[in-house]
Amino acid sequence: MEVCVAIVTTQEKSSGTAKAQHQLLRFAVRRVCLGALTLFAVCVVVFLATQVLPGDAAQAVLGRSATPARLQEIRTQLHLDQPLMMQFWTWVSGILTGDPGRSLVNGTQVSDFVYPRVINSAVLLLLTSVVSFPVSIILGVVAALYAGRFMDTGISIVALSLAALPEFVVGILLILLLSTSVFHLLPAVSLVPPGSSVLQNPIILVMPVLTLSVVCFPYLFRMTRASVIEVLGSEYIEMARLKGVSTPRLIFVHALPNALAPVVQVIALTLAYLAGGVVLVEFVFGYPGVGQGLLDSIVARDIPVIQLIVLLLAAVYVLLNLTADLIAVLLTPKMSAHQWQST
Amino acid sequence: MAIDLNGRSAPSLIGTCWRWFRDLKAGAAGLVIGLLIIGGAIFGPFLAPVPPTDFVGSPFDLPSPYALLGTDFMGRDVFSRVLSGGVQVLGLSAVATVAGVLIGTLLGIICGYLKGKTDDVIMRLLDVAMAFPQTVLALLFVSIVGPKLWLIALLVAAIHAPQVARVMRSVALRVSEEDYIRYAEAIGVSTTRIITREILPNLAAPLMVELGLRFSYSIALIAGLGFLGLMADPSVPDWGMMINENRIGLLLNPWAVAAPVFILAVLTIGTNVFTDSLARTKRAMPAAAADDIISDEMPANGQVAGFGNGHGAGRGKV
Repeated sequence: MEVCVAIVTTQEKSSGTAKAQHQLLRFAVRRVCLGALTLFAVCVVVFLATQVLPGDAAQAVLGRSATPARLQEIRTQLHLDQPLMMQFWTWVSGILTGDPGRSLVNGTQVSDFVYPRVINSAVLLLLTSVVSFPVSIILGVVAALYAGRFMDTGISIVALSLAALPEFVVGILLILLLSTSVFHLLPAVSLVPPGSSVLQNPIILVMPVLTLSVVCFPYLFRMTRASVIEVLGSEYIEMARLKGVSTPRLIFVHALPNALAPVVQVIALTLAYLAGGVVLVEFVFGYPGVGQGLLDSIVARDIPVIQLIVLLLAAVYVLLNLTADLIAVLLTPKMSAHQWQST
Repeated sequence: MAIDLNGRSAPSLIGTCWRWFRDLKAGAAGLVIGLLIIGGAIFGPFLAPVPPTDFVGSPFDLPSPYALLGTDFMGRDVFSRVLSGGVQVLGLSAVATVAGVLIGTLLGIICGYLKGKTDDVIMRLLDVAMAFPQTVLALLFVSIVGPKLWLIALLVAAIHAPQVARVMRSVALRVSEEDYIRYAEAIGVSTTRIITREILPNLAAPLMVELGLRFSYSIALIAGLGFLGLMADPSVPDWGMMINENRIGLLLNPWAVAAPVFILAVLTIGTNVFTDSLARTKRAMPAAAADDIISDEMPANGQVAGFGNGHGAGRGKV
């Protein structure tokens, strides 16, 4: 019987393969173009955002203490004396060649300020992925296997409640619970002496990682659960069950590989979301990452730093969204046939 | 009360409402909690024992009969500030949500009903908008233009609109295939009239769900901006801002932080639970629409998902 099904699908495939592959390629190219277009649009928006400042950027940086000479100096440094298109070009080419300019606050290279923070944030995201993704997926599978029963209802209600909470509320609740008011287990602030790595004192990573994990748990959990339930209800699983396949084999060999395909896409989307969510969580714990750096430079009105960090976060977001879409189409080729035609 | 032939009472309006409410189960609890907090926030400023800007003691006093939740970092009454701190967040969230959902619905209907070139152009633009990391850009704009209330409302509305448009478009697409729309077109009813009289009423249920969903995202976003200190006027009490400014005294008077945090937590959970059960109640809306909204929360179909922007699974905070 399984063989029959296999033959039918092969036949269907071979007749539609060429067309499907063509459409797949067309979709991929279109999606990559859209991604590139979005990145360009983000560049333009980030650049123009600094142009809407009342007066000009130099005035905004210096505030009331501006002397004409100092204003002129900053204008030259920001290339404000050039035409708009030239300014944009100078900025973009500077970033592409690895020279995003100097900080307006202390004159150091912007990259010296930003890159260590990128590494710190990357550590945070990596650890969050390692902790949160397996737990969310396993709980999702468990809930799906016990769908409708107490276990499932319980985890689902928790997930639904957590889903609503803003990141900083999760962070503060965890501080109240684990650091200050109920238990006194973990440091409430992630203080890192300048020049040293976050990894030298791993205990400070626990709270931010825990917060981010709680924040991205519900989404991944719900996707996994929905996906596994759908696969378990499909005909080929019914077939395998009737054939007498043992339950563990049914779950691990037949159901999960197919159910986890959409989950891979959601992982990419979750990471994309975290690129933005990390800003607030870093602020809660004073963690020395890009998010905290962005907020610091916003307070100091350090425009080159703001521009670079926003652009970096945006690029990560766009690229991960792009990856998610491509993965989704590669894993489920039939989609390219109708889904993207109709939208 | 009307009695039908079998002797059972025909469904009265109240009965129908009650059954609908009962079906929402957990949702009903969420609704009650949400309404209580919203009501508290609206009437709170009138109930506050002392004006929220008055100094009643030294900084971070513990709760006492004079200050039920203690005092904040400047020695102001936390209880009064919590009562007054919701108006700004909830008012702004409401404005931003309504504006965003209205614009999104309008765009969605136009795309779903007119189809063709208009649909293509608008949807491609919305795709680009959704591929933006909107929250980070919102932060950028607020920081550069300055914390203006209109700007915050505008940005949050702009974050919602594309997502809402996508959901509404797919519902409108389905509705526009119905026979009665074809019939209306055949007898020459004007496009505007078809949109307002035939299509719009069919969107009422998904519209409700979108409003609820977007409202809880708005609260999260705007409270987040307050927490980051990006709200307009630092002297206006604001839940998000209170959490941040009283953090330094967490060990002295935890209530100054805990009270606004608990309120925000309970409020967002309440609205989310209510909206979720509303979306799942088939009775409240055509089945197709319910599926759409739930799948919007879970963009499984390789849609360009701006992560739902809010995270009733998709979340999109600052």
